Parts: sequence; C-alpha cells; structure tokens
Amino acid sequence: MKQMLVVKIDRCLGCKSCEIACAVEHSTSRDLFEAVKELPAPQTRVRVVQGETFAAPLQCRQCEDAPCVAICPTNALHRRAGEPVMLDKELCIGCTWCVVACPFGVITLDRRGGAVVKCDQCFARAERGEVPACVEACSSGALEIEELDAVAAGKQQAFLVQIERSLTGSSL
Amino acid sequence: MSSTKRVSVDPAATQMIERARQQAQKLAHDRYQAMLPQCGYGQLGICCQNCDMGPCRVDPFGNEPQVGVCGATGDVIAARNLAKKAAVGSAAHSDHGRSIALALLATSRGQTQGYSIKGVTKLRALAQEWGIPVEGSSPEEIAEKVALTALDDFGRQTGNLRFISRVPQKIRERWERMQVTPRGIDRDIVGTLHSTNMGGSNEPIQLIRNCVRAGLADGWGGSMIATELSDILFGEPAPLVSEANLGVLKTDHVNILVHGHEPVLSDALVAASQSPEVLDACQEVGAKGIQLAGICCTANEILMRYGVPIAGNILHQEFALVTGAVEMMVVDIQCIFPALSTVASKYHTLVVSTSEKAQFEGFTHIEFDEAHALESAKEILLAGVRNYVNRDPNKVQIPTEKSPLIAGFTTEGVFDHLGGRYRPSYRPLNNGMIDGRLRGVVAIVGCNTVKMTQDEAHLALAKELLRHDVLIVQTGCSAIACGKAGLLTPDAVDLYAGQGLQEVCDAVGLPPCLHMGSCVDISRILMACVEICREGGLGDDFADLPVAGAAPEWMSDKAISIGFYVVGSGVFTVIGDPLPVLGSPKVTKYLTDEMEKDYGGRFAFEKDPMKAAQLIIRHLDGKREALHLQPMLYEPRPAQMVGKFWRPAEVEVLSGT
Repeated sequence: MKQMLVVKIDRCLGCKSCEIACAVEHSTSRDLFEAVKELPAPQTRVRVVQGETFAAPLQCRQCEDAPCVAICPTNALHRRAGEPVMLDKELCIGCTWCVVACPFGVITLDRRGGAVVKCDQCFARAERGEVPACVEACSSGALEIEELDAVAAGKQQAFLVQIERSLTGSSL
Repeated sequence: MSSTKRVSVDPAATQMIERARQQAQKLAHDRYQAMLPQCGYGQLGICCQNCDMGPCRVDPFGNEPQVGVCGATGDVIAARNLAKKAAVGSAAHSDHGRSIALALLATSRGQTQGYSIKGVTKLRALAQEWGIPVEGSSPEEIAEKVALTALDDFGRQTGNLRFISRVPQKIRERWERMQVTPRGIDRDIVGTLHSTNMGGSNEPIQLIRNCVRAGLADGWGGSMIATELSDILFGEPAPLVSEANLGVLKTDHVNILVHGHEPVLSDALVAASQSPEVLDACQEVGAKGIQLAGICCTANEILMRYGVPIAGNILHQEFALVTGAVEMMVVDIQCIFPALSTVASKYHTLVVSTSEKAQFEGFTHIEFDEAHALESAKEILLAGVRNYVNRDPNKVQIPTEKSPLIAGFTTEGVFDHLGGRYRPSYRPLNNGMIDGRLRGVVAIVGCNTVKMTQDEAHLALAKELLRHDVLIVQTGCSAIACGKAGLLTPDAVDLYAGQGLQEVCDAVGLPPCLHMGSCVDISRILMACVEICREGGLGDDFADLPVAGAAPEWMSDKAISIGFYVVGSGVFTVIGDPLPVLGSPKVTKYLTDEMEKDYGGRFAFEKDPMKAAQLIIRHLDGKREALHLQPMLYEPRPAQMVGKFWRPAEVEVLSGT
C-alpha cells in the first residue's frame, strides 16, 4: 500500500528542521555534530519554500507516472513495485533532464558529482521500521507519512463534516 | 539519546525513576525525550534571535542563506550567542555575590536578625588585604567597611576589580594584552551584553574576548566576593563528616529540602531548624524531629559549614519528591525546575519559593525577609512541619542509598591539613607534584544533564584520573555525584588511588577528592592555584601548572561563565557536551585550539570520560615535562575493563554500572 509524505501547509512554521534532519540522515556519519564537518557537505533532499502567504516543505512526490523516470536516458531513475522512485547512482550520468522534467523542481545535482539527488522517502529507515527523517524532525506536525487510502479516507470524513455543518447550521 | 540509554548510574535515582514511571509521573528525562529531536540550528549555535528583522539562521551545509539579514555570519552569530550566555552566567554568580555583600553590610549595621559575623579570621585577613584598618575596630565595624568595599567593585567605573591584585603577574599581562582585565562587575556584564546587541560587535574573536571578560568579572569578582564574604558572614568551613543521597531522608522525621544557591536563606533555615519552636512543633505532629537536607549549591554551602546532609544533585530535585516523604521543598534561585510544582502535586509536598528575584508558577511564595531572618526561616519551616500530618506513610518509598563523605576544604584549610599547625603551607602539595607522587591537580566540577547518564561521566573521569595519581578538587553537583559514590572518603584512597596519590593522602589523612564547596567556591580553586604559584617550584603562571579543569556533565550558562574564567586564567578545561558553537568552524577552532596562545588555556569538548581523562593526563604530563619535574614515581594503578569503562582492579562497583 503506497505510503505518501503528507504536507500540511497550515502547520509549516518554516523552521527548516526537516532540511537539517534530511541532510544529516544522508550524511556519512548520520550525526549532527560530525555531519557539519563532512566534505562535501551533506545535502538535503527537501526544501522549505516560501510562497506568498505560506511556507511549505517540497520533496519528491514519488509520482506514479513519474516524468523523471520516463525521461531518464540511462534508466538510473526507476521504480520497482512497492518502492519509491529510486536513483541508481552508478547509472546516472547527471544529464539533468530529470531536473527539467520534474514539475516540482525537487531534483538537484549531487554535490559529490556525477549524478543527481532526490528524496528517497528514507527507504533505509523504513526497512528499520522508522519514519522518514523529515517527518521525525518536524516538531509542528507539518510532515507526516501515511498510507494513501488513509489519507483519502480522512479527506472524505473532513468533507462530510463540512457539508453537515453547513446544512444544519451547527458546529458539531 | 535513545530511550534505552540509562537515565542514571545512581541506584537511588533508578528506583525513583521506576516509581515515577509506575505513577505516570513525567520527570526531566521524559520531558527531554518529548523534546527530541531538538532544533539543529539551536544546537549548532547558528540561530539568531537578536532583533526583529529575524529570527535568522544560517545553513550549516553550505546552502543559502550564509548570513543573517544584517549580514552577520554564522561565526558572529555563534560567538554572539555564546557571549550572551557567558554574561547571563556571570550575572547569576555576581548577583549572588551582591546578595551576600548586602547581607554582610546589613548585618554589620545591626539591621538583620539571625546572622552574625562568624568568620573573623578571614574578615581581618581580607580587611588587611584591602587596606582597611583592623586594630581597635570591632568585627562589625570592619565588616561594614569590607562589605562597602566589595560592593564598590560592582559599580566600579575606573580601574580594575580589587581581586586582580591576587592574580599572578604573567596572567595579568596576558589579560592586558587581550584587553580583558575585568573593570567592574556590573560594567563588564553590561558591556558584554551591549556588544551582542544587533549591530554591535560583529567580530567573533572580540566577542569571545567579551566572553572571557564577563567570566573573569565572575570568577575574580562576583563569585570570589560570594565565597569570601560567605566565609565571613556564615563561617569559614573546616573538614567535617556528613552523608549524601536520598537515604538521608527519614520516615519518622519531618523532611525539608532546601534547594537553590544563596546561603542567606539556607543558613537561616539551619539555625531555625534547631529552634525550640520548630522542634516542639515536630513533637506536636508526631515526628521525632526535623531532617533538613539540601539539593545543589545551597546544599553544598550548609554542608561545608554545618555538615547538613545532601539529598542529591540537580536531577535529584525531582527524584527526592518522588519518595513521597518530603513535607516541603524550599527554594531560592537558580537551577530550580518549574516542573517541581507538577511533580509535587502527586504528593503532599509543598514547594515554596522565597526569593523576590525568583517566583515560579504553582509554587507557594513565602518571601524570605533578611531583616528578620530567623523568624522568617522559622515561619517557613513551621509550614513544612505542619504538613507532616498530610504525609501518607503507605505512599512513602525512601531509597536506602546514602554515602558518608568528608567536605569542608578551603584554600586556607589546605594549609592546616598539609603543613600542620607549625608550618602551614602548600609546600607538601607542591613537593608532591615535583617529586612525582602527584601527577597534578584537576578540578572536576559542574552540573548533571539529561543529555547524559547522570553521574556516569563524573565518576568515570574521577576514577580514571585517581588511578593516574591525580589529586581531585571538586565543587557543585559534581562533588555531590562523587560524594554519593563514596569518593569523598579516605576509603576511596584504597579503592581507587594510584600509589603516589595514596602516599600523599595517607600521609595527611585526606580523601583523594576534596569537596571545596558550591559553584561560586570555584574561586577557592583559583586561589589554590595562586598559592601553588606563590609556594614556588611549579612556575609562576597558571598556564605552567600541571592542573586542569573538567565539567563533564555541564548544562548551565553559569558553567559557560566558569569555563571562560578558568580557561581565561590559563587552565585547560575539558567539558562534556560541546559549547553551542559547532555551526561555526572558526569559533570552534579558536575555543579549542588558538585560544591557548592568547590566554594560556583552551577548551576541549569530549563527551566520553575516558577520552577526556586521556586529554587531561596528556596535558598534565606535558606541563610536567615543560617544568622538568621528576618523572612519575609509580605506574598508574592497573585497571580492568568493566562494561565500556576501565575500572581499578578489585573494586566493588555501583550495582548495574
């Protein structure tokens, strides 16, 4: 069942704790105080972006029909059933067509050279039964990881409550 | 910190942690877990909240933004944050010193009830040092002038602090060169704070100079005044025997804990606890008597002077309440958890604040009145005594753990101990180091922190240094940690000390770790270094001496101020958690390396106590070599690996360690 990273933009405080946690998680040492010494500097895969009236963390949406997978000339970007959209660093030639193709702009060049990086939904942590680093780091609950069906069901419930309130004129 | 990490190595604490868990009571370590993960920018020191154009943060991984809105770099932000912290820490100690000076002044003028001038020897010595005539003057007349002279240093606008005349020449020359010689206690704290205002100082090395100056205004100013004038007002400590840990609480006594820092309160409570009114009241409620016990520094003050037992160090403030046996916790200021009212609400315990400087939500406030100190203290204690009837004996669980300890060591007292009455001096101590029996002297001081297993690093560091023939001096929560573990007794010499240290301690009948008091009493350790230099043979500069400082479990801003005054005076100091500057490689490198050229001392950040011990031992050996001292007479005492730490052989360790 597809797990999705749910972004609640009304909760994002713009603190960028998710960026730090992501970079540390994808560093060699996976320790904050050591990671700041590493070269090249560890890289975040999520970016908190400021809109007109809100800020929101943006990362790979793990598209079902991913434009980056379709356009990748070496099949470095690929997806196996049940997995997030993954990057095989060895196959990647850093042509950056995926950077252009991604409608969300969440792919970027790898500082270590020769490839790109994007959010991998912390699949290594998932195998250990842990939530993604950004979800763990977010102290305001703007980032959550949920099963897609549960997200949809939650939306349905919220919508029904809204209709009922407007029909009965009461706040339940 | 994973949830499987132990909260404490103290068995009494472990029992109370389990009891609290069963009672669904959240304590400091639970609140710490709930706080995780803590903000990375804050930990790295690169979050700035200095002005309303922020808050700003710089990116630690090389992305934008690399400067704040005003243009401050991460280096400036980290140094500036550190300067604010050093100033706050200095302010805390210095305000404490001011309270003591004001209390001495009022007492000398007959305006207080319940205090008297007890430390006449020190009074006369300090008066002479300050050029105040003593012949033909009563103690009260001398004390008035001494208090006014001390208060003078707080508002001083010209010249330098008086105690700078105690500082060895070479250190003063370094300070002059670096422009950090403290000018006035309040002035140097204000000056440091001023420099951190937005658009003030934006040069990291200057900001660190301000950290040092604020610290020096504490160590050679506020803290030293606190220590000296406390000895004058409340009495000069002498070695005595007492106990530490939760086992000092009694099922058949009214248990009253005193927590905080300024002995104006705790001293009066000790006197009041022996008054007929209070003792009668105890009988009336069916208690055999009143058991006063302390937490934190005020505990150390009344321990040093009266032998009042210690309930525990800073994290024990909650553990003690969980016993269900405490009628009242009386607090003044600093290191008090506001959570105490929540924790106490599960039991009959009253939590009472007393300082006009420190009120807490949910505490009962009974403001302590120095003008009527004894009556005020009695009123407070009687409220506690009356609460005894509300104790549910079925809900009491007092851990049995408590350790005997010796405390009461002062700079002057060492004369008596080491030289005897006829030739009191530091010569035996210096000779011990020169001849190779003692590798050196190390001060292990500082707090507990929930970020580490309570007391683990204090004990491991102490034991590792002891087996390498290092004499240890201690203050604060660290002294309490070692006290609870039995290190402050002569028995500890046989259990932990290397051969050379054994010979010195056995010859003079000393424990291998000397409890020198509360955190402001680190000024006693500064003065001990002055005496070691004066005695000769080991150099005439703190930076020459085979000495070091350590604060393995520090957490308070006060510890930052102390760190700066110890390092700024030329002493290498290892602290556990790093200072919050790692987001600035430049500031980190200066504090842990380049600073030594400028001040004769530097910091090291090392959480692992065994590695910290190695850093210190190498440092001591380096100083010994530079002084061309005798090689150490004996090899370090053998150790065996127990868990992840070496242990001296044939030792019974704390259960579960």
